[in-house]
Amino acid sequence: MGKYTLFQKAGLYLAVLIFMTFILLPFLEMFMASLRPLEHLFRSPYQFWSNDMSFQAYLDIWDTVPMLGRYIFNSVFLASVTTLLCLSFVIPAAYAYARFHFKGKSVSLGLFLGVNMFAGAVLLIPLYKLLRSMGLLNTYAAMFVPGAAFLVPTGIWLLKSYLEKIPIELEESAWIDGASRIYILRKVVIPLAVPGLIVVGVATFIGAYAQQFLFAITFNQKREFMPLPAGIFEFVGYQSVIWNQLMAASIVGIIPVLLIFLFLQRYLVEGLTKGAIKG
Amino acid sequence: MFLIVGWPLLETIRLSFTNAGLGGEQYIGWDNYEKLLNNRKYPGIVGRTFYWMFLSVLLKMIIGTIGALLLNAKIRGKAAFRVMVMPPWIVPMAIGCIGWLWLYNGHFGILAGVLMRLGIIDGPFEFLAYKSSAFYSAVVTDVWIGTPMISIFILAAMQSVPDDLYEAAYVDGASRWYRFRRITIPQIMPVIVTMSLLSAIWTFNSFEVIWILTEGGPLGATTTMIIDTYKMAIANYKFGYGATRALMVVLSLAVFSLLYLILLNKINERYKTK
Repeated sequence: MGKYTLFQKAGLYLAVLIFMTFILLPFLEMFMASLRPLEHLFRSPYQFWSNDMSFQAYLDIWDTVPMLGRYIFNSVFLASVTTLLCLSFVIPAAYAYARFHFKGKSVSLGLFLGVNMFAGAVLLIPLYKLLRSMGLLNTYAAMFVPGAAFLVPTGIWLLKSYLEKIPIELEESAWIDGASRIYILRKVVIPLAVPGLIVVGVATFIGAYAQQFLFAITFNQKREFMPLPAGIFEFVGYQSVIWNQLMAASIVGIIPVLLIFLFLQRYLVEGLTKGAIKG
Repeated sequence: MFLIVGWPLLETIRLSFTNAGLGGEQYIGWDNYEKLLNNRKYPGIVGRTFYWMFLSVLLKMIIGTIGALLLNAKIRGKAAFRVMVMPPWIVPMAIGCIGWLWLYNGHFGILAGVLMRLGIIDGPFEFLAYKSSAFYSAVVTDVWIGTPMISIFILAAMQSVPDDLYEAAYVDGASRWYRFRRITIPQIMPVIVTMSLLSAIWTFNSFEVIWILTEGGPLGATTTMIIDTYKMAIANYKFGYGATRALMVVLSLAVFSLLYLILLNKINERYKTK
């Protein structure tokens, strides 16, 4: 149907190139900056390529900020706990929304999505006071509990549309055979929903990894609990910024999420969009 | 669930009527609201927030749709492009912003560097140091973060448009542009409408981008309602007054969403009667 002319094709590739440049330029620039020696960074006029580039900064970051490894561990750890906590709420709730009819179903679902609206910054104050009075400030919990709470609504929404597509006959036959609700959920629904669970899990993990900054700078001041997005600002000193190492540490810090994403991107993109469009 | 989401909202409402701080708290009635209404700077902040939201969402939708179109085109390597488009969304915002921080560096960043080479500017230019350039720089970064997701969702909508519609139009001799306008656009409209609203809400609440790039400066040029609330409540420990501001955010968003939905209904009805 309608082949492109050569001219159109060239234009198309050019447009893709421009679009991709916009998307990827910051990462490219981060990478380039991380390769340059610090004194070279402050060389004007701007040089795109030079001979003194090296991976030295990637070795130095561990000495400049000795806690860096800990920050990365914290980030992955926090995101994992947040994801598990979140899923333990999402699975039963999404199942209930997909299968049962109860009073206020659509209202409460609307409320859940409303939470998305009022996200983070607005509800920070009461959360801050609550965590303070419970003595939970400056702990891991101060970061993963609110983190999970804000990810639950989206999770329910995504998983619900997935569960609705599982044929109800399967559950009915298990029900007739005398299986309990819990048993059905565990042995029938969850195995069938694995692709959906992967999507929700990965989306939650990425969300949890991404949102750490706000909760971390607000609810936590202890360095040993800092996740990377907050801890990385240690490279920003009072006097000067060690730019090349800051960039190197950023790149090291995004590798975990990028790896997870690359392995699971097929499911993720498909699952997210399918659930959203047809759900 | 209610505990961690419903309760904070009620608590915020309660706090907004008190002078809560690090010490005790007392009921002070509508004082906070009066103080806020008499604050000369506040209308500016509200206006700026809506301008920020409008501009950023508009750009996100336009670039996102163009991006989706490009990713949907039958070209080589489109599978790879679809993956490559995701990173701004996947990577923690804080880290993406660090990259932009360097890009915007007036002496040594690539933007200033290229502009200087091209002779468009004749000296170093600190993008984040001037009022209006800081604001627009923050918008660009925010658009960068928001675009991938919109592209992917619109792409998915484009792919769910049945092929026979295009084929029928093609047989009838419709041009590519005509097919785009009369088939693609109407078919993906529902997704565009939903994504616009969601994106508007997220943009309105966006915190990290501004906080990392400028912390609301210079001279408040990038202070949106969220930044303002955060500064008041968390940085200054004025929980009560901060809560009042937080409620203003919720209220503005609610009013905006409502207007948007009403407008939408009106438009829908008009289409039906046509």
